Formats: sequence, C-alpha cells, structure tokens
Amino acid sequence: MSIFVDENTKVIVQGLTGGQGRFHGLRNRDYGTKVVGGVTPGKGGTDVDGVPIFNSVREAVEATGATASFVVVPPKFASDAIIEAAEGGITFIVCITEGIPAHDEAVTFNRLVEDFPGVRLLGPNCPGIISPGKCNIGITSGDIALAGGPVGIVSRSGTLTYQALHELSMQGVGQTTCVGIGGDPVPGTNFIDCLAAFQDDPETKAVMMIGEIGGSEEERAAEWIKHNMTKPVVAYVAGVTAPPGRKMGHAGAIISGSKGTAQAKMDALAEAGVHVCLNPTEAGSKMVEIVKGL
Amino acid sequence: MDLFEYQGKQYFARYGIAVSPGDVADSVDEALAVAERIGYPVVIKAQVKVGGRGKAGGVKLADNADEVREHAGNILGLDIKGHVVKRLWVERSSDIEKEYYASFTLDRPNKTHLGMLSAQGGVEIEVVAEENPDAISFLSIDPVRGLDLETARRWVAEAELDDPAREQAAALLVKLYDCYTQGDCDLAEINPLILTPDHTVHALDAKVTLDENASYRHPEWEEFRADEFEDPREKMAKERGLNYIGLDGTVGIIANGAGLAMSTLDVVNQVGGTAANFLDIGGGANADVMAAALEVINADPKVKSIFVNIFGGITRVDEVANGVLEALKRVTIASPIVLRLDGTNAVEGRAILAPHLNDHLITEPTMLDAARRAVALAN
Repeated sequence: MSIFVDENTKVIVQGLTGGQGRFHGLRNRDYGTKVVGGVTPGKGGTDVDGVPIFNSVREAVEATGATASFVVVPPKFASDAIIEAAEGGITFIVCITEGIPAHDEAVTFNRLVEDFPGVRLLGPNCPGIISPGKCNIGITSGDIALAGGPVGIVSRSGTLTYQALHELSMQGVGQTTCVGIGGDPVPGTNFIDCLAAFQDDPETKAVMMIGEIGGSEEERAAEWIKHNMTKPVVAYVAGVTAPPGRKMGHAGAIISGSKGTAQAKMDALAEAGVHVCLNPTEAGSKMVEIVKGL
Repeated sequence: MDLFEYQGKQYFARYGIAVSPGDVADSVDEALAVAERIGYPVVIKAQVKVGGRGKAGGVKLADNADEVREHAGNILGLDIKGHVVKRLWVERSSDIEKEYYASFTLDRPNKTHLGMLSAQGGVEIEVVAEENPDAISFLSIDPVRGLDLETARRWVAEAELDDPAREQAAALLVKLYDCYTQGDCDLAEINPLILTPDHTVHALDAKVTLDENASYRHPEWEEFRADEFEDPREKMAKERGLNYIGLDGTVGIIANGAGLAMSTLDVVNQVGGTAANFLDIGGGANADVMAAALEVINADPKVKSIFVNIFGGITRVDEVANGVLEALKRVTIASPIVLRLDGTNAVEGRAILAPHLNDHLITEPTMLDAARRAVALAN
C-alpha cells in the first residue's frame, strides 16, 4: 500500500501550460501517474501533449473526476491556486512553489483547516510525493525511486529527499511512499501526519525521516514516535554545522537563539528510540541493515 | 532581512506607530546637527544588528553639544561583537515611567500568529520567559481573522499594563499587528514600549525582520538593502541573485537545494574539512547562475577547492554541466572543482562533462567521495 496517493489517483496540474508545469507534469504522466488534465484560466479547450486544459479547477474536476492537484504556479498566484483547488473539489493538493510569503501561507493553511477540513495540502516549497510504480506528483525524478517497499520516507528538504531515495534504491531497498513535506515555516502536512500514515500502512515496515535545523517539528515528531510508533525509524538532521541566526536557504531553516539546532533535534529523536545518523549515506546504510533484519 | 533599529522605526512610522523624534547620523557633525534640531537631551544609539549595545557602550545620553561630540565620536567605529558602528540614531530622550514588551511572530507549531505582551519590558524577553513566565501574556491570533481592537483591549488588561497606558497600548498593538502582517514581517518587536510620566505610550526600540519572499510586493524595501550586508562576499552574491552565506573555511560549496547545501557543509566537516560558504543555487541552474556562483566563490581568497554537489529534481543536471563549462569559459577559476552529479538528466550531464575532465575539473560518484576529494585538495 501507499499513503495519500495510489495507482488510481487522478491528478490535474494547475500551471501545466507553463515551462515547469509542462516539464514536470508530463514527466509525472510518463511515469504512469494518471494526469487527467491541466488548468490555466483562458486556455480551456486546448491541450498540452494530449492532456486537456480547463479554465478552472471545478471544470476540470467535473470533467475528469480528479481528486488530486499538482500546483506549479509562481509565488504570487500559489495561494489562490490552492484555495481554488479546495473549492473545486480537490482533496489532495501538492504545491511545489518556492518563495510564497509566510503570511500568505499562514492564511491559506488556516482557511483550509477552517473551510475545507477534508483537504490535505502537501507543501508549499516541497518536491511532492512519489509512490514508486504507482504515482508521482511533483518534481522528483521517478528513476531514483524503487517500487515494492518496505520503507516509507518523509523529508523536510527537497534535494535530501532525492538523496534518501537514491541511497536506498542503489542498495536495492524499495519504498512504499516518499513524501517531501517542504522547508517552509507553515507546511500543510507535517512529519507527524506522515509518520501516523506510515504507522497505519501495513506494507511500510520502517521509516526514514530527514529533518533540518529550525522550528520544532522534529522534536514534536520525536515525542509522537515515542508514544505511538512501533516501526523502526532512521533519521538524519541536516545543519549540524549551520551558524545561528542565519537562514539556510529555506525560510524555515534558522537557528534562533538556542532553539532549532540540529543537535537538539538529534538528541530528541535518539531519546525517542530513533536511529540517528550523521549523514544521508550513513542513514541509508542503517536502513538497509534494518530492512535485512526484518 | 533584519533591519537596523532606525530602519525599523521608519517602518513602524509607516503604520502609524509612535516613535521618538530622531534621525540618522554618519558623523559627529551630523549627530550634532540632528541633536540641535530635535532638542536636548538626546540619546545616541549605535546602529548594529546585534544585541547588547548598551552594555558595550553603544547607547549614551547627551545633555549638550559637547557631550554629543564626545559620545558620537566614541561610538562611531566602536566594535560591538564584531560589528563596527558606522551609523548612529540620535533621538530625543524620553522620560520613562514604565517599560513594557510587545511582539508578533509566527507560532510555527500551531500555524497561527503569536502575540507576546509583558508589563516587564526593557530586559531580554528570553530572561523574563525563563525567570517569570507568568509575566508574559501570550495571544494566539488566527491569521484569517486577525487582531481587532476589542481583543487588544482585553489583552492589555490581561497583561496588567498600567491603566493610563491601556487604551493607547491597545491601539498601538493593532497597528503593530498591521505592520507585522501587511508589512510582511517575520518578527515585529518593541522592547521597550514605554509609558511616559505624562501618560503617552510609544516605541523606544524597534526590532524588525522582513520576509524576503514578500519583497515582490514591497518596493519600499529597496531603501533598506543598501546597508544590508557587511560581508563583501555576501553583497556580491546578493547582487547576482544567489542564496549565499559566508563562512570561514577553505572548501567552497555549491549545491542545489537548501537541505543538500546544509548537508554538504556537514559532510565536508565530518571528513575533516571546513566549508567556506553556504550556497544554494536553487532550482534551474543555467550557465548564468553557475558562472555567478563560481565567480563569487572564486573571489574568496580562503577557498582552496570547490565542491559542486548537485542532485537534480527541478534542476536538470545537463543544464548544470553546460553551465559549468560555460562558466569556465567566462571566468578563470583558481581552485580545482569537484563535482558530484545525480538525479534528473544526470547521465546526460556526466556525458557533457566527460571530455573536459582534468585535474582541475573532477567528478566523483557519491557525495561522500566528492567531499573527501574536495577536502584532500583543500588541505
């Protein structure tokens, strides 16, 4: 099984007619994902390489029965696109857009919680989700993932998500689902959402978690793991050498005072029984060892 | 982007938040002119983006022209925790009856806004939080609904601000919230917010951090940028649109994605090296981006080797490879470059580089191997 998506998930791409939308939307389709439409206001009735374009999400949903959307539009349009998806009947929204103002994210997140409680947002500023062999929504290169499980991956960082997939696939260890939750201050889906879904997924036998400096999501995840997780977890936290007070690229990756350090996160995770590793390669090897022992 | 106090006060003033009359001065003569204009006594404050200015001698009271000359002369050029004072803020001195604390920031775990208000201001709020947490009144604010005056009134009462301060403080807090939200601040903090003996309330300090992601809708932020960077490398990188942080080591780092860039720093450190910088080229690394990145790193005399760590996602490795070759045509790079290339179009990218490899342009199959090679070349 997979979490959040599967081989039957029908996906529309908001922004399919743009450069990035076209490249990644079609790549998702070529991977085998059911990409059933695109949405660009004013371009309804046209198509992108055979994928029909609709003027609005509502039209696209009515015509195709899509339940998921891949939002790949510039920052100033992303919040509206997310809300339009929810209003149009989409229940799983993946937004890869980087550079959305934090206040917009906070408003959008709370609007979803208040007005569309059944909707899950993944991202923004995330690589998306891939369930190898079934569905790939986002910008992950499908060929670095390996189908068949038994590992679930959840990561706050885009490129480290790929690194994690790569480390496992190279050694023949497959994944059930790999979720990139993104590095922004207000992620729609957090570690605990994913850990809980992996815990409930019978095919996922172990979980790899990639964190980074800033915020307290890793510490909260550690607390949750301690009380709820029976499956083994391997973790890597990026930014051990990051200086305090400097944003390391991601809006969320900043050590404020003594809070948000990689060491504090690693300590909290280790205390919760998680196998904490010092780099992605070590985390990959540890996971291979655990999978062999299952 | 962190603002200097004077910039924060200018930003507050845009939203109608009361601050003391004052102006900036870059020399003793300018400080004197400001003081003469606003009237004595004045406070002369060092403009540096670091705490503890008062203790370091960077904040002084002056009653007359001689004292302005003396203090302004002493403070200009003063080194406060590695920050050299180049600019002063001179403002009318205020009589203080009470000092409060007020701030708004994002409550990341709860995904709401967090207001903090305390009747015990003037000291570091972390210290108050540690020693007397009950003295801080926390207000969780739904970003969709915002903060209204009624709620602000209840809040100042709950925080036990003095009666004469309450109505003015409530109105000021609504304005500060507007500044925080409409002004796209990550942090808007006033410490201290003061009550004067004649019962007026105003901001005596300003600590503002702006959210760079919102800069597209704030053309007025341009004026804050001139003095943003003290590190010339960071200034150069910013001019080229790069996400760069200067560090002290010898291995120049270029990576795509913040997480991978951080991880690259960690791994270089683990194999016995030190990173000269953090540099995330983000998605879509064309020749211009790569040339700019190599140029910035090349300008750092401490750099002895360069580690380019790319895992393609939205970034396409063939574009990176072409970018590196194009960059090498434009700029002469002093240090050897070690590349690790994986992900989207990695096979194509490696093929593009293959005919050009030599002892100054090296590829390694894994991140760890590449880190070891780059560190060996640097040491």
